[in-house]
Amino acid sequence: MAVIDLANPTRFLRFVERVLPWLALLTLLVFAIGLYRAVNAPDDYQQGATVKIMFLHVPAAWLGMLGWALMSIAALGTLVWRHPLADVAGKAAAPIGAAFTLICLITGSLWGRPTWGTYWVWDARLTSVLVLFLLYLGVLALYWTAEDPGRGARAAAVLTLVGAINLPIIKFSVDWWNTLHQPASILRMGGSAIDSSILWPLLIMALAFTLLFFTLHLAAMRNEILRRRVRALRLMQAQQFAEARP
Amino acid sequence: MQLMTAFAALMLRDMRLAVRVGGGALMGALFFLVVVVMVPFAVGPDLKLLAHIGPAILWLGALLASLLTLDRIFALDHDDGSLDVLMTASLPLEVTVTAKAVAHWLTTELPLVVIAPLLGLMLNIEPRAMASLVLTLLAGTPALTFIGLIGAALSVALRRGGLLLAVLVLPLTIPVLIFGVAAAEAAMAEPGRFAAAITVLCALSLISFVIGPFAAAAALRYGLE
Repeated sequence: MAVIDLANPTRFLRFVERVLPWLALLTLLVFAIGLYRAVNAPDDYQQGATVKIMFLHVPAAWLGMLGWALMSIAALGTLVWRHPLADVAGKAAAPIGAAFTLICLITGSLWGRPTWGTYWVWDARLTSVLVLFLLYLGVLALYWTAEDPGRGARAAAVLTLVGAINLPIIKFSVDWWNTLHQPASILRMGGSAIDSSILWPLLIMALAFTLLFFTLHLAAMRNEILRRRVRALRLMQAQQFAEARP
Repeated sequence: MQLMTAFAALMLRDMRLAVRVGGGALMGALFFLVVVVMVPFAVGPDLKLLAHIGPAILWLGALLASLLTLDRIFALDHDDGSLDVLMTASLPLEVTVTAKAVAHWLTTELPLVVIAPLLGLMLNIEPRAMASLVLTLLAGTPALTFIGLIGAALSVALRRGGLLLAVLVLPLTIPVLIFGVAAAEAAMAEPGRFAAAITVLCALSLISFVIGPFAAAAALRYGLE
């Protein structure tokens, strides 16, 4: 089956039904390994056990940004190719990305309390992630207020592409502004600055979170396609009912 | 040449509509005045404190005042059908929305900049700092208009104004607010940093001038078809 076949919603649904259980199983498996490794990872010599918050915080931050990147690609699909499946992909990714961004903000502030001595500072990285969360809420608000799904999807696509400017700002905020949040320590020139005993569990957790994201995303896309079909059937039924009456 | 004539005609039409009866030109300035007057009642009439938070209050007031008038850019034209005429005209939609945005800036944002020194007097901001604050407003308010243009186009496409517009536009204006207030405060505390902050502010205005019309035109095109 070629990838292009998946552009057909019915074929896509069949694909999702086949793949989703295995993907969910794999997610559980990798989460089990990742959590086991994370629990057994050594404590940091300065931070103690609070370093383990990072195993949730960093993957959630990555996924929050991946969600918006995915929505931006879907937005191109919506605006350029007018593909209904791209609408569905964008809409399904929004609440999941928002949830991951919220997890990132909450875990970060729980870590900040013992480490920095405060739940929140107006640091460049923190602020730009908060802006990302607000942008997610704006897109969700657009979807909520639009009566016609197609119209809402196109409006959200425009906003998504404009909001994508924020992604590089988040990534480089720690380099451009020298503030409280530590600079990039995993993907950087000269190799990772994190010891392998902590880096490996982190990478496994990141993989687990990514798998979780795609599991949830595929399930949400399936639900959205079914929801639209139900809506179309209801509209048809209402029309038939209206025509049957004299 | 024809393009410029059409641009100027459209801009003048919007400006005339804004300053005549039922237009919103002075409403923004009035709202700005009222908001700033409310602040001393909320935080107390301590002149030292007011001078300290003055730039932030003026920027916040300008932001809210421009937000309130944004939906007038497209909503009224959409209601009476002239937006459909404008969209089917030979003038590129990007140019049309730019003309409307410039008219909006001249009729509602420029009065804010003009009355800001008067309000600064009430907030005990010293004259020299006030001059640089006016400069930051002048440099930054075009960004507010052109970012707001996107929100105005999106909300008219969905036929929802008001709160949705605020939710969409405010997060995008955070950088403008940050650098606007930073420049104004730098002018008061350490004049050396003023140039850097106001350059960034100008850059933000230019970026939004490039992105705003295209995004707004796309939102109208895809939303109203």
